[in-house]
Parts: sequence; C-alpha cells; structure tokens
Amino acid sequence: MVDPRTSIIDERMRGIDRIIAVSSGKGGVGKSLVAATLALTLAKKGFSVGLFDLDFTSPSTHIILGIGDVQPKEEKGIIPPMVHGIKYMSIIYYSGEHVTPLRGADVSNALIELLSITRWGTLDFLVIDMPPGIGDATLDLVRLIRNIEFLIVTTPSQLAFETVRKLASLLKELRIPVVGIVENMKMNDSKTVQQQTMKLGVEFLEEIPYDSKVEEAIGNTNKLLDTILAKKAENISDLLRYSKPKRRQSSIYM
Amino acid sequence: MHEWALAEAVIAAAFEIARKESLKEVREVKIKVGELQQIELDILEFALSQLKPAKFKHTKFSIEVAKAGLKCRVCGYKWVFKKEKIDENVAEAIHFVPEIAHTYIKCPKCGSPDFEILEGRGIWLESIKGVKKEDG
Repeated sequence: MVDPRTSIIDERMRGIDRIIAVSSGKGGVGKSLVAATLALTLAKKGFSVGLFDLDFTSPSTHIILGIGDVQPKEEKGIIPPMVHGIKYMSIIYYSGEHVTPLRGADVSNALIELLSITRWGTLDFLVIDMPPGIGDATLDLVRLIRNIEFLIVTTPSQLAFETVRKLASLLKELRIPVVGIVENMKMNDSKTVQQQTMKLGVEFLEEIPYDSKVEEAIGNTNKLLDTILAKKAENISDLLRYSKPKRRQSSIYM
Repeated sequence: MHEWALAEAVIAAAFEIARKESLKEVREVKIKVGELQQIELDILEFALSQLKPAKFKHTKFSIEVAKAGLKCRVCGYKWVFKKEKIDENVAEAIHFVPEIAHTYIKCPKCGSPDFEILEGRGIWLESIKGVKKEDG
C-alpha cells in the first residue's frame, strides 16, 4: 500500500522559486501577521506571491487579509484565488468559520492532500504560515518540500526564544536552511535576542517594534501596509529578494 | 476535476515504483478509493487513461471502492460514512479534504468530533504488476 499523493508534490512545487515557511516555537508571536504582511509587501513589489495558511486548526490569515467571499477554482486540481494580489490558499474554503478539531495524523493527511492538489503555477515566493511548534506540519514540510526555507519569528521573551532555539537547532541538525530570525513586538532596545541569534549561527533579520495600530489594521490591507510592521516586512522582503535561495546540503531528506 | 490531480499522483507514484522495480511494462495497477473522499470513478478512470505514459500503454487500472469506517475515540462507537446523509456542500468540502469530516460530522452516539477514520479515507495504490527487465 502506497500513498500516491506524496509523489506529485515535487511537480506541484516546481514552478515556485522560493518557499518560505514562517514558523515559531510558540504561538502568539505574530507569525501569521508577519507571514501575511510579508506576502503583501512582496506582491506590492511586483513579485508573484502565494500565501498558504497551514495552521489548520487555528487559521487566521484570512481574517488579517479580509479575503471576502472567494473560493478556489477547480481545474485539474484546485487553483487558489487571487486576493489582494496574492494567490491565497487556506483550509477555511472548506471548513468555513466552523471549528476543525484535528489530531496529528489528520493534520498531516490534510496537509499532504492540499499540497498534492493545489496548483500554484509559477511563483517567485510562496509564503507559508505555519502552525506553532515543532509538530506534524514542520516535520512534513521538511520531508516533502525539497527547497523549503524557514523564517523564524520570536518575541523578546526568553520563553519564546527558548523554543526558537530548539526549532533552529533541529533545522540545523537536519540541514534545512533558515533564512533568519525576526524579533517581533519589541518594547525596548534590548539586544539579547539579536546576540543569542548570532550565537545560534543564524542571521538576525529584523526587529519589529510593538505597534498598537496593527490590531486596528486587521482585515484592512491598506491600513496594514501603513504600519511599522509593513515597513519592517518590506526590509525583510528586500533581504529575501537580494539573497540567493538557501538550499539544503546533504540532508537525510535529499 | 480535482480527480485529475489525484490521477496525476497515482501515475507519478506508479511510475516511480515501476522504475525502482525495473519494470519494462506495467500490466496492472490496483487502486483503492475510500468512500469518504467521494471520488468520481469515471472521471478518475478517464484522467488515468489520458495521463498514462508509454510504459503504461497496456496497463489495466483496477479500482476498488472501500467503505469509510469511522470509530469514535470517546465512546468507541463504529459507523460507516454515508454521503446521502449529509448536506451537499459539506460533502463537497469533504471531497476536497477528507479531514474536513471532523468539522461537520459527529459521532452519532455521543456527539464527539473526535473520531478515527479506520479505513476508506482517500486514494491508495494497492499494488503494481508488470514485466521485469531482463538482467544483463
């Protein structure tokens, strides 16, 4: 017995130049906001961008973007609709606003299903909003997507950074590329996270100050693009566009 | 036509296996299709016939349908998924992502959404038969 779906994932990802999984060790660090804003700023710069919400049990990027009443097109698979210049994919097309209680194996199965049937076409960037932690989604993505790169979000809290340290060391051990760490919701000038990031041998990409305007901008992309978060996301998108894609080297997954 | 995407996956997986097992010709590919996903068999068969590569020219695709057996993790009740018993839109959502069943279906006995899909979820490649390349 063989699951045929995993055999087609390479083919589905072939037209995508860079796949960036926005991750964190803990929830509540602003991963979804960073992912959605990064996708928006990349699209604004003229790149073809996809955003894939992989947080199946608690999706939120559809709320951040205010996607309205859109559905994917069915054509030899499913084609994500264009939302604010982004090809947008989420489980909410099927679950609506209902709760979707899933165990690990179900998360994995749903993820493989969507990876194998979604036709992204050609993209410069696919940004993935990951569920928090080092669970099924993380393990499946490193197993199934050859050219995945991780962007890790933390807050200044040592509690958040401690889990980031674990995520970063796992990825390093598995030789999966990490583009860098972003410190979100910064309230002071402390350089602790920056220094600790460097000790990990990972690039420190950007610090994003806490911005109370972000909450008011949820659901309104124009307002969102006017926040400090968006300005910082623009810096991150510049770092991404001018850096070479990081490829995994002699990983067990190759 | 989401069946097309699944047919592509079946062909890709079967092709990979045929290559690994050095089959010069593939005679039969057995596929199991779970009722939970409600795959349209005629579309799947058509897609397979359109997509098959040269090595699969004479391949017979046998498709077996498996009932979707569900088991509640809370009370242990077992039941079988019936498409006719649910709303058309819900059935379609489950068709695309079978795990969406956990959003809409509850255990008929205790009402829990925490159930296990024992069998008959989606598409599986059961076996491949073919003719091996001669050694040397």
